[in-house]
Amino acid sequence: MKLKNEKKKDALCTLIAIAVMLVVLLVMELTMKSTSILFTILKKGMIYALVAVSMNLLNGFTGLFSLGQAGFMLIGAYTYAIFSMPTTVKLGDTVYKYYDCVISLELGILPALLLAGIFAAVFAALIGLPVLRLKSDYLAIATLGFAEILRAFFQWDAMGPVTNGANVLRQYKDLTKVKIPFTDITFPPTLFCFLIAGFCIAIIVLLINSSYGRAFKAIRDDEIAAEAMGINLFKHKEMSFVISSFFAGISGALLAMFQYTVQAAQFKTAMTYEILLIVVIGGIGSITGSCIASFLFIACNEWWLRFLDESSNNILGLNILRSGFRKVVFSIIIMIIVLFFSKGIMGEREFSWAGARAFFRDPFGLVSKRKKTTVSEEVSGDV
Amino acid sequence: MSDQVLRMEDVTMQFGGVVAVNNLSLEVNRGEIVALIGPNGAGKTTAFNCITGVYEPTNGLVYYEGNLIVANHPSGKMKNAYQGMNSEKYLSIKPIDPTPDHITKLGIARTFQNIRLWKSMTVFENVLTAKHMRAKQNVFTATFRLNAAEERRMREETLALLEEQNLLQFKDDLATSLPYGLQRRLEIARALATEPKLLLLDEPAAGMNPQETEELGQFIVQIKNKYDLTIFMIEHHMDLVMRFSDRIYVIDFGRLIATGTPSEVQANPKVIEAYLGVAEDE
Repeated sequence: MKLKNEKKKDALCTLIAIAVMLVVLLVMELTMKSTSILFTILKKGMIYALVAVSMNLLNGFTGLFSLGQAGFMLIGAYTYAIFSMPTTVKLGDTVYKYYDCVISLELGILPALLLAGIFAAVFAALIGLPVLRLKSDYLAIATLGFAEILRAFFQWDAMGPVTNGANVLRQYKDLTKVKIPFTDITFPPTLFCFLIAGFCIAIIVLLINSSYGRAFKAIRDDEIAAEAMGINLFKHKEMSFVISSFFAGISGALLAMFQYTVQAAQFKTAMTYEILLIVVIGGIGSITGSCIASFLFIACNEWWLRFLDESSNNILGLNILRSGFRKVVFSIIIMIIVLFFSKGIMGEREFSWAGARAFFRDPFGLVSKRKKTTVSEEVSGDV
Repeated sequence: MSDQVLRMEDVTMQFGGVVAVNNLSLEVNRGEIVALIGPNGAGKTTAFNCITGVYEPTNGLVYYEGNLIVANHPSGKMKNAYQGMNSEKYLSIKPIDPTPDHITKLGIARTFQNIRLWKSMTVFENVLTAKHMRAKQNVFTATFRLNAAEERRMREETLALLEEQNLLQFKDDLATSLPYGLQRRLEIARALATEPKLLLLDEPAAGMNPQETEELGQFIVQIKNKYDLTIFMIEHHMDLVMRFSDRIYVIDFGRLIATGTPSEVQANPKVIEAYLGVAEDE
């Protein structure tokens, strides 16, 4: 009985925390300048959090080492851009300069987002048929290859009437014309991003904690045992792959939405590696870790370390700063993280209120002289 | 016919030039405890793998409760390389090569020689996950908790199963943190969670001392009676085999060399020869 009360309390805490966060976001966006870098970071951080969590579902929970995430984001981004673009723009000469757009359908923002996810999922289902028979590194290479083919395909001249070739897509729908219901205020984009991405992440968390999530983990831990216990390997792998791609597609669409322009050239392998980096730094198999790492990564990469790029600044009188120096420092930070947190920031743990309370009572185990580590060492030594 | 739970007919498993299982035919009747014994490398585990769909046998048939579940005959390159017998007999039968999960769904569960528990999961989760196969929910209803009654049923049944196996006190421990004997017991509990009718145990007593082995034997009889199981096991501990099994099959170099009750098998000179070797000056 006590346990149940605790659960209810924790659920209440979570709800309050989410509500407070959303209200703070709303107030911030209504009072601060919308061009502030903080909002850019928050939006991009949240989008990357979603795609990192979707990648974690595949890599961390199902044990499928796939590197196709950028490809699925590309599908999502293009689907959103093409289908939400107003017909007048499609027929005009501003975007499709060299081609006549063949797609006349125009959707609202939410249907276009959903369609972006569905297109990515359908494509994943198709390539999953051959690719998911491969294991570990081979799967990574195959998915990476498919993502690259996809990028080339979208830039192909013959695809011009649909994708506008290698040219930029723009002037599709964004939130500037959407109002908060019953008011005259423009819908704050960061809030929108948090709502959609947060909702998607919540669905993934629910999936992972369901019977199917346990089956995924069983496949990750021991395929042979999973199969012997009646878990159809192919069906479950395909399911995980499709669901992961669905959410990657949605995050691609959100990315397109907040960049206002989208071009296939952006979705390079480097993008997949960025996401993989987030997953690894956060901890393979930890949703919380992916979210935290995503915000840290984006903030470091695009904001906190920017000052290192300006040669007019100098440190201790030395004029070592120049454009690109940020990357050097950033790499060193990543190396330090990987050295000292070999399982990522969170390892395989997740956020829990009990854990948070314990953390604030005794941060980093400074008070109780790291009793926990010795216990975990004993356990791992036994294996 | 209905009393026959498992029947293997001329099952041959050939890897390249090595015939691991050679023309093995045997049957297991309902309610029996049947043991498959033989020296190391005799092909016992390979025989299990042919039943459970891990391997596709080169030749032969496997029936479960009268239904054909595995069938094959040599084809392609194997046609010429085949060293077994009776390959013409099954040419007209269409090969059936089910995946292991399909076999488990039919009601054959197994444990492994080298324990294969899911390492990152707790004892409770290990058993709960095995219930996934029979859960009446799809990915949508499971994710959005639309069928909470089903999930509750699975959890309650898991708890009941753990309590019965005396594992309840360890339910929140990592499966791999349990002592060896309990890990074996957990593997059996996990196999039971798939609601089998036929349980295949691959060396359940490996690494156990005589007292633990005795307990295991009684435990096997107990679950057999409680769940109406038929048990087919591979075992090296002769005390366990002789005391608890109804019938024994002995194989050596993939071939069946003897069969019968424990006392018959013990007296069989071929068995003694296989285990102890033959005296040279005879």
